[in-house]
Amino acid sequence: MAALLEIRGVSAWYGPIRALYDLDLAVEEGGVTALLGANGAGKTTTLRAIINMVRRNGTMVLGGADISRAGTEDIVRRGVAQVPEGRGTFTGLTVEENLKLAFHTRKDRAAALRDMEMVYDLFPRLRERVRQQAGTLSGGEQQMLAVGRALMLAPRLMLLDEPSFGLAPLIVREIFQVLRRINAEQQVAMLIVEQNAAMALELADTVYLLETGRVVTSGPAELVRNDEALRKAYLGY
Amino acid sequence: MDFFVQQLVAGLTSGAIYACVALGLVMIFVSTDHINFAQGEMAMFATYLAWAMINAGFEYWIAFGLTILISFAGGLFIQRVILKPLETAPVLSLVVCFIALLSIFNALAGMIWSYTIKQFPTPFPARDLFGNGLVSVQQIGIVGVTLLMLGILTVFFRYTTLGLAMRAAAQNATSARMMGIRVSWMLALGWGLAAAIGAVAGMLVAPIVFLDPNMMTGILVYGFAGALVGGIGNPLGAVVGGFIVGVLENLVGSYIIGNELKLTFALAIVIGVLLIKPAGLFGRVVVRRV
Repeated sequence: MAALLEIRGVSAWYGPIRALYDLDLAVEEGGVTALLGANGAGKTTTLRAIINMVRRNGTMVLGGADISRAGTEDIVRRGVAQVPEGRGTFTGLTVEENLKLAFHTRKDRAAALRDMEMVYDLFPRLRERVRQQAGTLSGGEQQMLAVGRALMLAPRLMLLDEPSFGLAPLIVREIFQVLRRINAEQQVAMLIVEQNAAMALELADTVYLLETGRVVTSGPAELVRNDEALRKAYLGY
Repeated sequence: MDFFVQQLVAGLTSGAIYACVALGLVMIFVSTDHINFAQGEMAMFATYLAWAMINAGFEYWIAFGLTILISFAGGLFIQRVILKPLETAPVLSLVVCFIALLSIFNALAGMIWSYTIKQFPTPFPARDLFGNGLVSVQQIGIVGVTLLMLGILTVFFRYTTLGLAMRAAAQNATSARMMGIRVSWMLALGWGLAAAIGAVAGMLVAPIVFLDPNMMTGILVYGFAGALVGGIGNPLGAVVGGFIVGVLENLVGSYIIGNELKLTFALAIVIGVLLIKPAGLFGRVVVRRV
């Protein structure tokens, strides 16, 4: 398998504070990579660094093309969709308008309309609330909407920032099932940041463990799943 | 009764102008949280451009259309060249920048066209609509042009993907960028639209108040009052607020306080709204779950 996204020697800063130290990371074509670690380890920063929303340097290659200097909007338009921390809902727009935003960047209107149907099929609850103001949705529904918005961009790579955050276990399960389906049926690669390590490890094939802005270990997901000492030390279970 | 109707119609007419100015202010406020103090002077400058074109022999409506286009480009230019570098600047720097723009446009207009008052032509025939002295064609024309423009803007924001992208950028810039929307260009478009709307207001009001570099100063205060009454974050509210202020100003002016205190009344409205209902009458609070 070839790497869809490869980042080499990436460091990132918030003002004078360094948040990432020479990070190397890869996401395989159609693969799912989990990024685990404690709070403040630099997981969210890594996702932001990929779409150039934080000051960073280093090399980033997406599908063979260098995106180190590309702006956020251009990286997104090349097929990197972010499901942001806190869900990023456009609260004043309706559910449908939230999804239709993708029409602005996509030229293939017919395919975009098909994708909208697909999102409604994946999340029937969104279909029931098409005309509802998105700010009135429950947390779980807003998370579904965030995944739906990302899917509307017809992405090659989805960056998911804690999709389970603050949600009931049942909803988390539902969302992860859909993510698994998207990955299996459409070969969308995923880079997923999670506190819920068990859930992420079920989905992922590759794992990176982060601590204070550095990769401490990485490898196939089952390695971490089976290594109790590692799990206890870094993931707390 | 006739007098009352006349005042009401006059109020709606000035209300239409205030609505345009208020809408221009809100357009920039919703996406940047800034009040563009130069909104009125930009409109005044645009009106001078129209005046110059008409004097050079252009047909009224052609000059009208060209002025709107030039203003749109001018607004776009101001955002790209002057305000974009100030994106991360503190709010006070921006306020200073807006005030600078205000005096630059004012002085520039005076320098180019002098401070003497000029007549501005009206495209509407000077006669009564029903021949009973209540409603003039000019008044209907002003309200009509305003409503037409509002209709076009509504369709644009509601039914086009570009309009939707602009609304999204105003609501949540970070999320919008993650959807591939070039937020910074959306702001520039907002400036362009605000400048174009202002130009329409300037050209509509100039035949009534006459053209001079200070013609929009008072009107900006009324427009600001309108925007506040309706809710500074709500375009529809701003329009309704503009009409309300126009009507109130005329009725209160003719029946209670006299014409001299009209502007004071507008300022009283501003203070009153801020004290009693800072969100404005239509300041629709976005429903949000926590």
